[in-house]
Amino acid sequence: MKIYVPLDSAAKALGADDVADAIRREAAARGLDVQIVRNGSRGMVWLEPLVEIATPEGRIGYGPVSVEDVPALLDGKMASLGPVDEIPWFARQTRLTFARCGLIDPLDLDEYAAHGGLAGLRRAISMDRAGIVQEVLDSGLRGRGGAGFPTGIKWKTVMDAAAPQKYIVCNADEGDSGTFADRMIIEGDPFTLIEGMTIAGLGVGATRGYVYLRSEYPDAIAILTQAVKIARQRGMLGHDVLGSGQAFDMEVRTGAGAYVCGEETSLLNSLEGKRGTVRAKPPLPALEGFLGRPTIVNNVISLATVPVIFEKGAKHYADFGLGRSRGTVTLQIAGNVKRGGLFETAFGVSLGEVVNDIGGGTATGRPVKAVQVGGPLGAYMPVSRFDAPLGYEEMDQNGGLIGHAGLVVFDDSVDMLQMARFAMEFCAVESCGKCTPCRIGAVRGVETIDRIAEGAPGAIDLLTDLCETMKDGSLCALGGFTPFPVMSAVTHFPDDFATHREAAE
Amino acid sequence: MHANAPAPAEDEIRAIVAPMTSLEGPLLPMLHELQRIYGFVPEAAVPVLADVLNLGRAEVHGVISFYHDFRDHPTGRHVLKICRAEACQSMGANALAESTLKKLGIGWHDTTSNGAVTVEPVYCLGMCACAPAAMIDGRVVGRVDQARMQRLLDEAGA
Repeated sequence: MKIYVPLDSAAKALGADDVADAIRREAAARGLDVQIVRNGSRGMVWLEPLVEIATPEGRIGYGPVSVEDVPALLDGKMASLGPVDEIPWFARQTRLTFARCGLIDPLDLDEYAAHGGLAGLRRAISMDRAGIVQEVLDSGLRGRGGAGFPTGIKWKTVMDAAAPQKYIVCNADEGDSGTFADRMIIEGDPFTLIEGMTIAGLGVGATRGYVYLRSEYPDAIAILTQAVKIARQRGMLGHDVLGSGQAFDMEVRTGAGAYVCGEETSLLNSLEGKRGTVRAKPPLPALEGFLGRPTIVNNVISLATVPVIFEKGAKHYADFGLGRSRGTVTLQIAGNVKRGGLFETAFGVSLGEVVNDIGGGTATGRPVKAVQVGGPLGAYMPVSRFDAPLGYEEMDQNGGLIGHAGLVVFDDSVDMLQMARFAMEFCAVESCGKCTPCRIGAVRGVETIDRIAEGAPGAIDLLTDLCETMKDGSLCALGGFTPFPVMSAVTHFPDDFATHREAAE
Repeated sequence: MHANAPAPAEDEIRAIVAPMTSLEGPLLPMLHELQRIYGFVPEAAVPVLADVLNLGRAEVHGVISFYHDFRDHPTGRHVLKICRAEACQSMGANALAESTLKKLGIGWHDTTSNGAVTVEPVYCLGMCACAPAAMIDGRVVGRVDQARMQRLLDEAGA
């Protein structure tokens, strides 16, 4: 009997390791021949630990499974969720980037290849550099880290740059609250990231890559480090990638708890061993990046999507989506929500559909008040904006940003003035200190919001003005986008900013 | 390493970082390794790293002090990190953190008087769909309520 118990850290955080131990123990006691496979997560965090038993009818899911449930599970007396592929929450997704995540043992390279892995890399090896870059351009892939810059254009710039050494840097500094897609794919299907980085290396002529992975993700660091080692042993990385005669190798580097290092130029400074301060652009990292060399800096999801684009063709990928947002978006439904997890779907689904229909509303059962889209620098969207489709331009038109596609749901007990204050406080703590409007403005922002709470007249105007200055006068998104959560809270939830004033009067 | 252990010798630090000198951008890996071994980055490492990497002492100090991860003093036997980011806040992380600190009678970054636990804030553990989250010595725990927190504290001997 083959039983799958996820090793994803969210599943582990909900007891998956204890469940796996209990299965092993109970199976031994019953004399059952059980093979336990530690797979990645299917993304249905609300069902974790989601245990699957392989049967001739497919993989049957059970969840959430606790240690106490294990005897019933092995006796066939536990109520099942049916075939996991047919669970509606899972079945209605379009899984391209996450196609293998949760399906396979993340460190089994043969299984990876059996499920479509390496096909993209093999195809890329048969193409020339211009052809590889053109394929990415044609796919319409845009940076999944948040900025939404066309990935192919970045690649072309690096390809055209002449230098003795070029680099592929993967930004895995996933510090935004409400996001965990990078963590999930690294823990659940690390070879897809390695393959994507290798294709990038072949495409632009870079032989070295780095993954800058945040220290808050120890499980992801361990799995990716192991995967890189296996890939090297098996000739997927090294001086002769899959016998192509071309070289590419990579290293995993650990961040050190600075949120701002998710910004690409701070990340490069950090990778070089410096303080993670922001660099002015130009020069673009594509021309003068890591150690001053041409460097691709791409988000994990952007790079992990590259293999499927090469496996199925650019057109297949570009056929999904809305407007200029092509392909799929890996939504992370989080916070106070009933059915949270990773949901991959074509761009264009509405915010309300995600929160109410897919997410099932709040976990507490109270009405939804706000959804923060795109991390701590994303806007708080009120229920009145739930028609907004999730796409880069579409969110922009609605005064928000899609960011890394994390959505954090809040029920009506949230005080939006406190959330605005937190956004400023976070910016003050995490500012790298380079730009005055961010370094000092965020501190003044906290004070000004406290004055609003005390009922000071004119303080909202001052806050608005301060946000304008931060937006215009900061080099990166930390200072530049902190006004998004702050001003969206002020604009959409005026009552939370007015009640205090009235109370004071 | 305990607070009263002797300060590490220069050549010991040098031996730890020596294998990493050939890396591109070696300073962060070196600092992580030192912290892994000693539990913090000893002050004695600053001049050694400056010498090994041909940097000024101020530059090395500047890097160490920039990052939240690097400490200049030892922690308790266990480190409990409580997430304070928005997703966890939406599920009551603030109240959980407040009551935990109150129970232990300490503030953020402090260690309990018996030396068992240091409590630190963390901004996102990627457990946003099973909030609120905490991490004890690198092990993540999701949907932490008062009872689960108490079990963690008991296990840690706080």
